[in-house]
Amino acid sequence: MKSKSVVPEGIHFWSGNVAAAEGAIAAGCRFYAGYPITPSSEIAEHMAARLPQVGGKFIEMEDELGSMAAIIGASWGGVKSMTATSGPGFSLMQENIGLAIMMEAPCVVVDVQRAAPSTGLPTMIGQGDVMQARFGSHGSYDIIALYPNSPNEAFHLVIDAFNLAEKFRTPVIFLMDEVIAHMYEKVHVPPPEEIEKKIVWRKTPKVPRERFKPYEYDEDLIPPMPIAGQGYRFHTTGLTHDERGYPNMSPEAQEKLIKRIYEKISSRREDLAKVETHLCDDAEVVVVAYGITSRIAKMAVDLARKEGIKAGLLRLITIWPFPSHIIKKLAEQADFVVAEINHGQISREVERHTGARKVKLVPRMGGTVHRPEEILRGIREVAGR
Amino acid sequence: MISSEEKKVGQEIESLLRTDRLPHVWCPGCGIGIALGALLRAMVRVGLDFDKTVMVSGIGCTGRAAGYVYLDSFHTTHGRAIPFAVGLKLARPDLNVIVFSGDGDLFAIGGNHILHAARRNHDMLVVCVNNYNYGMTGGQHGPTTPSGAFTSTTPYGNPERPMNLPHLMISLNAPFVARWTVAHPRRLMRSFEKALQRKGFRFIEVISICPTEFGRKNKMRDPLQYLMSIKENSVVKHDASFEEMEIRPNKPIVVGDFRDVKVEESYEDVYYKIIRRFEDA
Repeated sequence: MKSKSVVPEGIHFWSGNVAAAEGAIAAGCRFYAGYPITPSSEIAEHMAARLPQVGGKFIEMEDELGSMAAIIGASWGGVKSMTATSGPGFSLMQENIGLAIMMEAPCVVVDVQRAAPSTGLPTMIGQGDVMQARFGSHGSYDIIALYPNSPNEAFHLVIDAFNLAEKFRTPVIFLMDEVIAHMYEKVHVPPPEEIEKKIVWRKTPKVPRERFKPYEYDEDLIPPMPIAGQGYRFHTTGLTHDERGYPNMSPEAQEKLIKRIYEKISSRREDLAKVETHLCDDAEVVVVAYGITSRIAKMAVDLARKEGIKAGLLRLITIWPFPSHIIKKLAEQADFVVAEINHGQISREVERHTGARKVKLVPRMGGTVHRPEEILRGIREVAGR
Repeated sequence: MISSEEKKVGQEIESLLRTDRLPHVWCPGCGIGIALGALLRAMVRVGLDFDKTVMVSGIGCTGRAAGYVYLDSFHTTHGRAIPFAVGLKLARPDLNVIVFSGDGDLFAIGGNHILHAARRNHDMLVVCVNNYNYGMTGGQHGPTTPSGAFTSTTPYGNPERPMNLPHLMISLNAPFVARWTVAHPRRLMRSFEKALQRKGFRFIEVISICPTEFGRKNKMRDPLQYLMSIKENSVVKHDASFEEMEIRPNKPIVVGDFRDVKVEESYEDVYYKIIRRFEDA
């Protein structure tokens, strides 16, 4: 068998799913556990072929509950790990996503969404898991979720997802659209040394075993992470715990732990915000969109400009934590249209930060993308045309 | 008389406990401590590298064991100790992986995982402490509750049939399968010793006592009496049949090392062979 150790530099013609898988390998991911589900299955198939070539491991688990548990286990073994799924599987993973949050185990969960609820429309587009990505597991926590709008971006953004997971010791949700996952486009892979420079690894403990506490955190609120088998003999649990990792059933311990887990992410909201703007400088109507919908919204904005409406586009790349400061700033000058393939999820988040400004939702229930004219009608309505 | 070797083992197992976490959550008369003690003794006697040995537990009374051992230890979610351990072991084949959890955790909510972990022959030891009920939540019936038994959710007697755990594991070709009870601490320890020195998926069921919940509702409130009744009602039979392994009212509990076959390769060995094909290329 021919060895292909790194992601080959150059221009590739890849689907979003393959690009996300190759991006994960470039980011240093060496463990994948998953359960087949369209429209994400090509990620599993690609990882099954590629991971052993680079010394990594792939395992097809018996379900999504087990897949999520397995990637947390691998993460504690010191290996960057991921899974990929779609809505039904994402629902099943929620409990253990909470475990990864509580144990602070870095990992990446790709959710290639499809029209839902329940089995819905396999395997056609939907953007209905945005709020589940934020609030899907029980309890209070903050989360990082990223959302590409092309295969090329999927490759690069999944590297960011792994870096953020490692830096913040948290699961990172990577949301993709079915259309992006199955669309083939050019993907530019930079030279390996250029990728290597960007790679982030978790902080590791520097103190001897006797003085080591697995949840003693630094100023950035993030504790260094031990790896199983290093001799630290640490304990970790999904129970509320103290700095030693020991269960502590007191409101004080709960207050301290959950606040820190929340704030380690929410306090970096502005640093984490990644957006793309198009004609926003003088915009009086801003369309907020993400994923494939942003590409159609851009067409709608250009059509509106031709009609003399000062329209702009705000594309969300970081979905969570929500870039509210950017929305607030735009609300000083503009009203909003939110186009998304659900019955209104991000539109509610936009409403929370826009005061008396108009926020017009242009929804679609799934199965197909918007037509530019639908979004254009929304822009006209908000502009009073 | 306690021999000097036993004394030494006793001291060593103390060093394997997080004594700063005592007292533990287990009720007076609980059998879990006997099962855990037998395992720790076996680990010392076999001479495992404790820095390379991890314990993974799920949720429930037995699930708390991971919190008391001075090892890298993981207290996971309900039913998911095995898939967590699967990920850890496949990522890090140099680790000795022990899953220590209860019957409800491993066979009800986690039932799917144990089937497939046994089928795939992951290299790990799974210890199932079977106390016939969900102790931590107030003594409800579970997948191993004997037919007719009274629990807080079978107030008129259990209408269900219990799972035959060792037989199920044998049917999935697990290379080492045993059942002992907390009334057989030495035999249990020796069975652990054997299992720790084998390769592949190893399963040991430990019939335990739960005087607080199960015993109280089934005329076995007194721990010692409960323990003795298990001892008196047990029969050692290593070549037990499927019917004999079943736990039935008014029938003896058949215990033994039911299966001990040598396997050349675990799942991890097979997978690493695939990786090496690329390394050599």
